[in-house]
Amino acid sequence: MIPACALAALPRGEAFRLDTVEPPIAVFHTDDGDLYAVDDTCTHQDASLADGWLEGCEVECPLHASRFDLRTGQVDAPPAKLPVRTHGVVVEDGTVYVVPSDLPPNLPPGARARTV
Amino acid sequence: MRSVAIVGASLAGLYTARALRDQGFDGTLTIIGSERHRPYDRPPLSKEFLAGRITEADLALETEDEDLGAEWRLGVRASGLDRHDRRVLLADGTSITADGVVVATGATARSLPGDSPSLRGVHTLRSLDDALALRADLVTGRRLVVIGAGFIGAEVASTARELGLGVTIVETAPAPLARALGGEMGTALGALHEDRGVLLICGVAVQGLTGDDRVDGVLLADGRRLDADVVLVGIGARPETGWLEGSGVDLGDGVLCDSGGGTSVPGVVAVGDCASWFDPGLGHHHRVEHWTGAVHRPTVAAATLLSGGTAPAPPQAPPYLWSDQYGRRIQFAGHTRPGDSVTVEEGDVASRSFLAVYRREDRPVAVLGVDQVRQFTRWRRRLGTVSTG
Repeated sequence: MIPACALAALPRGEAFRLDTVEPPIAVFHTDDGDLYAVDDTCTHQDASLADGWLEGCEVECPLHASRFDLRTGQVDAPPAKLPVRTHGVVVEDGTVYVVPSDLPPNLPPGARARTV
Repeated sequence: MRSVAIVGASLAGLYTARALRDQGFDGTLTIIGSERHRPYDRPPLSKEFLAGRITEADLALETEDEDLGAEWRLGVRASGLDRHDRRVLLADGTSITADGVVVATGATARSLPGDSPSLRGVHTLRSLDDALALRADLVTGRRLVVIGAGFIGAEVASTARELGLGVTIVETAPAPLARALGGEMGTALGALHEDRGVLLICGVAVQGLTGDDRVDGVLLADGRRLDADVVLVGIGARPETGWLEGSGVDLGDGVLCDSGGGTSVPGVVAVGDCASWFDPGLGHHHRVEHWTGAVHRPTVAAATLLSGGTAPAPPQAPPYLWSDQYGRRIQFAGHTRPGDSVTVEEGDVASRSFLAVYRREDRPVAVLGVDQVRQFTRWRRRLGTVSTG
């Protein structure tokens, strides 16, 4: 289990990018109060899903608008072709923890760390 | 409608094929492409692909299990259209007659006016084959001169710098991207080049190229001569509509369309870079040369075609584009024109991370972000819900 952030620091409708792990993980707090974690990098091209648009249980990639279901990782339409890997989320004593998946990630071709 | 011919096998053509099938069209579908390649994604051609970080296979737009039930005619150019029976004439002498025709022939890179017979080392960048040829020429230590500081030119400059070439950009306008973004923000983006040691020369026209067999220099209108081993001409693109001359399909800056993609000829619609749709918000025709337009408009055009033009055209989201330069992500959405005010609302230009909002009479009409993806996403959403006319 990896500590991500304090629950109080992640209001509903917001996302947190856990970039101390490789590849980075995005944790979302939906408007309905649910918490989900997926790989932060879109499976199509290098873009951070934590910067995307959260609507219901879906996040829309900020670059090309493929939408990923945060519960399953499935993508709705191209350009992304592969699902994003999902991770477990646990809250203990007000801290949000990520339980990393042991499956391989679906990273985009040529992905590399952003320089900022 | 029993048969549709799509002329153009790139992004807009493929997305129209998908939209037709999604909307229940189960007739004969023929997709004609002038290039020999299956549909591929063009934006990486000046970035990841040119840098060699991704392969040709990574560019594929079709998914592995995708089956559109289409007949593909690749590597053959359309040469004409007979409007009476909607017959598409092909350069190999054959033709395809269909109940519906989709014009998605894209655009062709402009070359320098009065371009002499092609010197080796002089490139434009539009297609996969163009990118392969340019990549072979981008050898570490060579001197690249980029003519035109638009998005293609800027991205190639960035990639070439990464590959270890010396790079100079020449731009006729006083600042890069001045027409698209205004002088102030154009200058701000120009600084990204200068940060990485790229020489940016603005406000000077190019007189011509020098060299016998291979280019060796670029002559400027002010008398200067720049040494060059490789030249990229990035001065825009013209719509690929020559094959429609005399067909009865109205042409202007591209194929003139109504707000649903319908042309002046019934049963013929146009999408993508070659199409100039009427924009009710702007009150005039507007050709959109962006990836996003080629992805969104096919849904509308397919509905127009299948309904015989009676489907209502939904409002269009504001144009959106992105560019990656020197590791920075640039995004722009909306319509701007001279006289709009520009305010930096997040970050600052000096730090090369900022978000700027364009306003007209206090109303936001466009937004530019440099490494401000999260804030940009919010602003883009907001612009999509207000009229930008």
